Amino acid sequence: MVTRRDFLKITGTAAGTAALTAVGADASGPPLELDPDRFGVLTDTTICIGCRRCEWACAEQNNLPHGNLDTYGDTSVFEEMRRPTREAFTVVNRYSPPEGSSKPLDVKVQCLHCEHPACVSACIVGALEKSPKGPVVYDAWKCIGCRYCMIACPFQIPAYQYDNALTPKVMKCTMCAERTLGEGRAPACVEMCPPEALVFGRRSELLELAHARILENPGRYHPEVIGEHIAGGTSWLLLTDREPTEIDIPDLPDVSPATITETIQHGIFKGFSGPLMMFGILSVLMKSSSDRRKETEDENE
Amino acid sequence: MSNSTRQGNAAVLDSPADLPVAKKGGHGHHHAAPLAGNPSVPFWTPGVVVLATLAACGLAVLAARLFFGLDAVTNLNDQYPWGIWIGVDVASGVALAAGGFTMAFIAHVLNIERYHVLVRPALLTAAIGYTFVGLGVAIDLGRYYNIWHMLVPSMWQGNSVLFEVGMCVMIYLTVLYIEFLPIVCERFMGRVNLPGVLGKLNGFLDGLLRILDRTLSKVMSVFIIAGVVLSCAHQSSLGSLMAIAPSKLYPLWHTPVLPLLFLLSAFAVGFSMAIFESILASRSFKRKPEMFVLSPLARMIPLLLVVYFAAKVIDLVNRDAWPLLFEFNTRAVMFWIEIVVGVVIPTFLFLSHRLRRHSGWLFTGATMVVFGVMLNRFNVFVTGYTPPYATERYYPMWTEIVLTVGMISLIVFLYRIWVFIFPVLPAEEEVGHA
Repeated sequence: MVTRRDFLKITGTAAGTAALTAVGADASGPPLELDPDRFGVLTDTTICIGCRRCEWACAEQNNLPHGNLDTYGDTSVFEEMRRPTREAFTVVNRYSPPEGSSKPLDVKVQCLHCEHPACVSACIVGALEKSPKGPVVYDAWKCIGCRYCMIACPFQIPAYQYDNALTPKVMKCTMCAERTLGEGRAPACVEMCPPEALVFGRRSELLELAHARILENPGRYHPEVIGEHIAGGTSWLLLTDREPTEIDIPDLPDVSPATITETIQHGIFKGFSGPLMMFGILSVLMKSSSDRRKETEDENE
Repeated sequence: MSNSTRQGNAAVLDSPADLPVAKKGGHGHHHAAPLAGNPSVPFWTPGVVVLATLAACGLAVLAARLFFGLDAVTNLNDQYPWGIWIGVDVASGVALAAGGFTMAFIAHVLNIERYHVLVRPALLTAAIGYTFVGLGVAIDLGRYYNIWHMLVPSMWQGNSVLFEVGMCVMIYLTVLYIEFLPIVCERFMGRVNLPGVLGKLNGFLDGLLRILDRTLSKVMSVFIIAGVVLSCAHQSSLGSLMAIAPSKLYPLWHTPVLPLLFLLSAFAVGFSMAIFESILASRSFKRKPEMFVLSPLARMIPLLLVVYFAAKVIDLVNRDAWPLLFEFNTRAVMFWIEIVVGVVIPTFLFLSHRLRRHSGWLFTGATMVVFGVMLNRFNVFVTGYTPPYATERYYPMWTEIVLTVGMISLIVFLYRIWVFIFPVLPAEEEVGHA
């Protein structure tokens, strides 16, 4: 016969087991071995002149809708803050000049290609992948269109073709994977940039370069390379003259958000120990409760 | 299972004074019967016509979504990739189908006799509910025709919470269908009567049904336990889904213990849904409410709610998120409603010995818990989602609402069809006419 106390004990144990395994598991690091020579891009926002030629080059490279190169000289677009869309993988936003200067700060926005990307961790079918060489690439053929990557991305980067009824795609910067991975060529935006505000190269070397610039130009830079640590680090790095939050970089911890879910998942499901244990407990319980029932029935007869 | 269960001594969960136990003679098996053929319960009523109409409108929106895409019928955008189809149809749907595994747990695992009458209705609700969860997901998927990709081992992605939720839901749905099979066998055993030439197969089919029924009754306990384990796994993982967005989900809701909170609230809402459904069905089919089982069931709910409440409070204090409760904004208000209406008030209602014996109050309390958990899922997936570069709030397009209402109507409509055809509800001589 089952008393209420038994019931309590059991539900308590079950819930406790799940919770303990979840909390007790240790965080597993990035699931992927990254190439120490992996690529990256450094954006020096203090050099950027806001010509928006990178936007044109990007659209041209990725077959996105675009006008003539001349039309990109239009600075009226700076009146509002823009975000990458399904028709533009990168956009430049303009911020007011720093004190004592008349040159505004122009900030190019695109996918940062996280070192431990939340979108990749979230993807249900592995349609998004982090290449060991740096770029986060997307395979539309695998994609089922759940858009969990968009929920997961802390930088709110992936866009979606909601207007496509049959074959919508997740749209975002690929770091021109077909150029960078295939031929080791710089992405289209980098190749186009007139003042060389964008530099393509090995991430490790770009970090050195960025830190050297900070050291050599005291006062010019905010003393932090954005992307070195944020959200677990990103392949794309930024130098700026002000606090990252002032150019709308979200204030994020130095670990990837994917660490939270991966810890929980691996904790509960490592070797299926959690579910198997629960299956065992319930089996024993079911057996003993049905035995007790048989006994009482026999007594009654 | 039900033909192996006998009316023994009622298990002691309550003081005997608390419950009017149904007295049945000797070895009375629980007996369920289809409603069809009962002239006092017509299938079509004005309410059912309304249901069918709403369902048809929902299907029309579904057609529009298939032909014109998500953009035409939703307000989803790059800021808000998930809307009410995920927050209500899927997330709340899973929670509200928790009656299936919670009733299976107390009636079969703990083997408490009196709750056996609730198992079949809860099982049917879970089976239909989860079918629609799957359908709800598919409708929202941009490339729904690729949904089979998650079954292909080369595309398995063990880090993805969604992968685990998807797999668990799919396997559980299969388990639910298997658990329902004995009811189908019971309905047709000895009654196989195909017309014309096919009539020669009658004996053969009947034999098959009998073999199936015997085999199932031997292995059913494995499926029942698997169902409980799978449910605990995906009910909690549904909470883990949003744990990946710590900077986007409002801190009143985002916590690493989201899976635990989802699991605890699933327990409470499973019990409440069983009560909610039972009373609703009794009213619709003009029967006496099954108070002899609902009152003791309700007695356990305060405990489940208090545990859930405590976990929420400890979590808020632990994360220092509680001051947000006193910032007067939409999200704080939504959180308060969720807790006060969905947890605190029903706890007190169900604690009252007198109110527990009153079907109206039981129904009120159960409805509040159901509402509270639905609102929680809605808050976690919709209201609480605050993307960093949001320029506007997400409000569902009217078509999103029509589809959601249509799907819920269709679920109720199918439930009605099923209880008319299959022996799900207790036979009327057991419960009495209202």
